[in-house]
Amino acid sequence: MFLINCPFCGERDQSEFSSGGEAHIVRPKQPTELSDDEWAEYLFMRKNIKGIQFERWNHVHGCRKWFNVVRDTSNDKILSVYKMGEKPPVNYK
Amino acid sequence: MPNYRIHKTEYIDETKRVSFKYDGKTYFGYEGDTLASALLANGIHLVGRSFKYHRPRGIVSCGAEEPNAICQIGSKKDLTEPNVRATELELYEGLEASSQNCWPNVKFDIGGINNFISPLIPAGFYYKTFMWPKSFWKKVYEPLIRLSAGLGKSPTEPDPDIYDHKYVHYDVLVIGGGVSGIIAAKMAAKNNFKTLLVDDKKILGGSTIYQNNESIKIDDKLSSEWLKNEIQEIKKLSNLSIKTRTSIAAYHGYNFLLAKENLTDHLPEEKKKNKIRQRLWKIRAKKVVIATGSIERPLVFNNNDRPGILLSNSINKYLDYYGVTCGENIILFTNNDSAYETSISLHKKGIKNIIVDLRKSARSELIKQAESLGIKIYFNHVVTNTFGYRKINSLEIMKLSEDGNTTVGNKIRLSCDCLGMSGGWTPMVHMHTQSGGKLDFRDEDQVFLPKENSEDQISVGSCNGDFDLENIIDKTVNKINKFLDIDNQDYQDTNIICSKGNDKRNIWLLPNKIPLGKTKCFIDFQNDSTAKDIKLALKEGFRSIEHVKRYTTTGMATDQGKLSNMHALGIIADTAGVKMGTLGTTTFRPPFTPLTFGTLVGRNVGKFFEVVRKTSMHEWHVKNNAEFENVGQWKRPWYYPKNGENMHDAVQRESKAARDSAGILDASTLGKIDIQGSDASEFLNRVYTNAWSKLAIGKCRYGLMLNEDGMVYDDGVTTRISENHYLMTTTTGGAANVLSKLEDYLQTEWPELDVYLTSVTDHYSTASICGPNSKKILNKLFPNLDLSDENFPHMSFKEDKLENINCRIMRISFTGEQSYEINIESKYGHSLWKMCIEAGKEFNLTPYGTETMHLLRAEKGFIIVGQDTDGTMTPSDLQMDWIVSKKKFDFIGKRSLYRSDTVREDRKQLVGLLTDDPKEILEEGAQIVSDVKSKPIDMLGHVTSSYFSPNLNKSIALAVVRSGKTMKGQKLIIPMENKNINVTVSDTIFLDKENKRLNA
Ligand SMILES: [Zn+2]
Repeated sequence: MFLINCPFCGERDQSEFSSGGEAHIVRPKQPTELSDDEWAEYLFMRKNIKGIQFERWNHVHGCRKWFNVVRDTSNDKILSVYKMGEKPPVNYK
Repeated sequence: MPNYRIHKTEYIDETKRVSFKYDGKTYFGYEGDTLASALLANGIHLVGRSFKYHRPRGIVSCGAEEPNAICQIGSKKDLTEPNVRATELELYEGLEASSQNCWPNVKFDIGGINNFISPLIPAGFYYKTFMWPKSFWKKVYEPLIRLSAGLGKSPTEPDPDIYDHKYVHYDVLVIGGGVSGIIAAKMAAKNNFKTLLVDDKKILGGSTIYQNNESIKIDDKLSSEWLKNEIQEIKKLSNLSIKTRTSIAAYHGYNFLLAKENLTDHLPEEKKKNKIRQRLWKIRAKKVVIATGSIERPLVFNNNDRPGILLSNSINKYLDYYGVTCGENIILFTNNDSAYETSISLHKKGIKNIIVDLRKSARSELIKQAESLGIKIYFNHVVTNTFGYRKINSLEIMKLSEDGNTTVGNKIRLSCDCLGMSGGWTPMVHMHTQSGGKLDFRDEDQVFLPKENSEDQISVGSCNGDFDLENIIDKTVNKINKFLDIDNQDYQDTNIICSKGNDKRNIWLLPNKIPLGKTKCFIDFQNDSTAKDIKLALKEGFRSIEHVKRYTTTGMATDQGKLSNMHALGIIADTAGVKMGTLGTTTFRPPFTPLTFGTLVGRNVGKFFEVVRKTSMHEWHVKNNAEFENVGQWKRPWYYPKNGENMHDAVQRESKAARDSAGILDASTLGKIDIQGSDASEFLNRVYTNAWSKLAIGKCRYGLMLNEDGMVYDDGVTTRISENHYLMTTTTGGAANVLSKLEDYLQTEWPELDVYLTSVTDHYSTASICGPNSKKILNKLFPNLDLSDENFPHMSFKEDKLENINCRIMRISFTGEQSYEINIESKYGHSLWKMCIEAGKEFNLTPYGTETMHLLRAEKGFIIVGQDTDGTMTPSDLQMDWIVSKKKFDFIGKRSLYRSDTVREDRKQLVGLLTDDPKEILEEGAQIVSDVKSKPIDMLGHVTSSYFSPNLNKSIALAVVRSGKTMKGQKLIIPMENKNINVTVSDTIFLDKENKRLNA
């Protein structure tokens, strides 16, 4: 059970959150311009990294805000938390 | 009756005699006993039969690692518990226990025959034999195995006990109340850390608390006396909470731990009543100190499993803690110094004992002490066999060869009534590994140790491989000072004298002249696997420890191999010729000891099992005999049987009434989302497939919502209340998910939109009145409202007052009838409903439930998302192309609607089905085919909705069928178990295709 530091509420138990998968996948501005392959890339393809991964989390039983998390999936350590729209921390690339 | 209780101890209250039943017979023990110590005091060693060979088995240990003394407690249907370790169960007045795994009884049983045919039961026996013939499994093998291999009985009725959960937060959690745990807890609490110390035993002190050897001293006192002082001191610390009878079940990430506290298991029956039996603690600790100690290892030699063979240290505890001797003529077999403590203790109490030591010699102070007491020691000797069926009566020893690989010289036969084994100590690294920690292997004494300690977790004491008192105290103090960043000087001048030596001669599988195939060298007592089994598994090609474990079942019993895992690994390493540290270990998984379901479930039983949501009208439904259906968490009226009607009859009556005159439905559970903001219209444009900008104020529109993959996600009617204000309805089950999805898009993809979402599902109650007479009923309720089709047409919205209370009225229809949904603030919902019923009386206004609602909408071919769709249906698959805007630039899922897969013509598509026999009702979920002769039969689809329509007087169904759109009029077959049903593909709309009834 993680402890997640919601950027709006502070540290809370994992049970208050829901995970939203990989972060920084931007919905294409003009989907109709895309080929099937390009659209499939956006729609289906996810990295599922062992190691440092950028993820979306929602404080669903709290402030209901979405935010981003940098997590090492090999040991579940959360390395950084930042709001939607903020730039990801560069030191984890 | 024999009495093996030979002296008084402070832990046994001899003034409080306790009677208990074991296997139907009454015995006596004392307060302070465990079931095991009380049995031993009565001279009972034999407590069960082994799993595979049904060999007689005795008590082996005094703790959680016990493999044999497994009991069934109680015999009531609702109050009986299997797999309880007699070594941990505190004795109480009225306790009823029986031995497990020994049908028909422990002294004689049928499975004992397995012992004689054991050459036929090798490793993997169950896999190899019972696989064939397959038909034998269910009828022959399984019942036989189940009967003779008793794994205990589960209760057959609900557990009447009360269980509790509690969340706590601490700065420091210390697991284990032995010397190192007590030191750690004291240091933490004295330095202002809010600290919790847990221990699974009744009292703190671990194995030092009953230690009474004069040659092991702290500050010139017996180590037990010194420790008692320490315990007195820590009990005064206000910062420290102590929980005894509390064991850690699981250690999860981020220092989140589950602990089980036993509250009443030790109390007599009448005192258990109405009390919480166990409490599950959910502990979040900033830092965790693991001080779980170590357990003694058995030794692996021929016939090492007879009753009367125990761990040496357990013999010591039974003697010094419980005052019970395990025999009168005891042999201790060891490879290290620990057994000498037991020997000296026994000697002091006048119990004759001799020592067989694998080591060539050893010269610690402790050994000298034993020698000076005249205790006979056979150095460089090994036990090669034991004798005695229900209890050991003698054994054979032989001299070890120089290299320790074989035996030399003559057999020496020694008589005894008890044998103690000491194979050294295994650190309890379970907690460390459960939390994700890795292990290192220490070659000198062949132990796995916690590899590194993180900044928020540390292992101290013998679970960290520090086995002598001096090391334990010194290292614990140093490590805790560093770990907590403190400078505690309490133990700086502590003077420790420990006369025990550390040397050990480790041989995993002890040598024997008899070929291995003819020996019974048990590794896992509970699952009956032997050294031979392990070797056979290796011979057959198994290499991974995880595979060997599963093939031989070593370590897979309820004790999870606490005594056996190390030996299995050692023998694998020796046989395969690899270094033990490179093999790794099997994974230690929670729970550490078995937990009852009750503890996990806590208070969430019965009506607290799940949250139940009821509408404001709920009481009326109950009073009016409604049967309820669970929809999500909601209780929805399903149908309202009258005068003993069955469901079918009730639904037929309700459905007919709704079309002939008027029906009323509690629609309060539909999800309602209030949408406001200057970009509300644009937002709806993006989330629904159809266009919203042009929807006039006061009008309603049906919308279909897709996932980004183009599949239908939810549907519902949305009303434009004012320029920038909409009220969206969702399906009952989809409400929460739809809100989450909309919030996700708003926050992450379109943060520029000025839109605010509020869930108002619970804020409004909704009564939906439909039928040809609905307008007349509305007129009675809202006499001032112009209900004419011109002023209040279908798909529009009005506000009015009912007795001065605001109502929102939508003229929308899910039945195809003229229909009005009246929304009112929830607290008035019940009154609204009653007023509707009253006003509708003269029109036979009939309350109907979800079943009738489903039937009525199916007559009209309206879909139910989640019933007629399953996450693979596009709007086109549903023949709802009309609702997908061609003009809109984008909406969620639009691009996916022309992926190569979504434009396939042979997708499954929604169609209507009519049975050739109009009385035949199809089963929902039934498969649809076109030909039953060619095999394999080609499945075309399945029935999604099916009813008998009283309004059409025939059976109707909706189905998804491959290429169904092009199949109208075609004959298909529904093959059922005992017949084939012929159907014809039809339109999805069965009734009033022209929508005449909407404005009738
Ligand atoms: Zn929050």
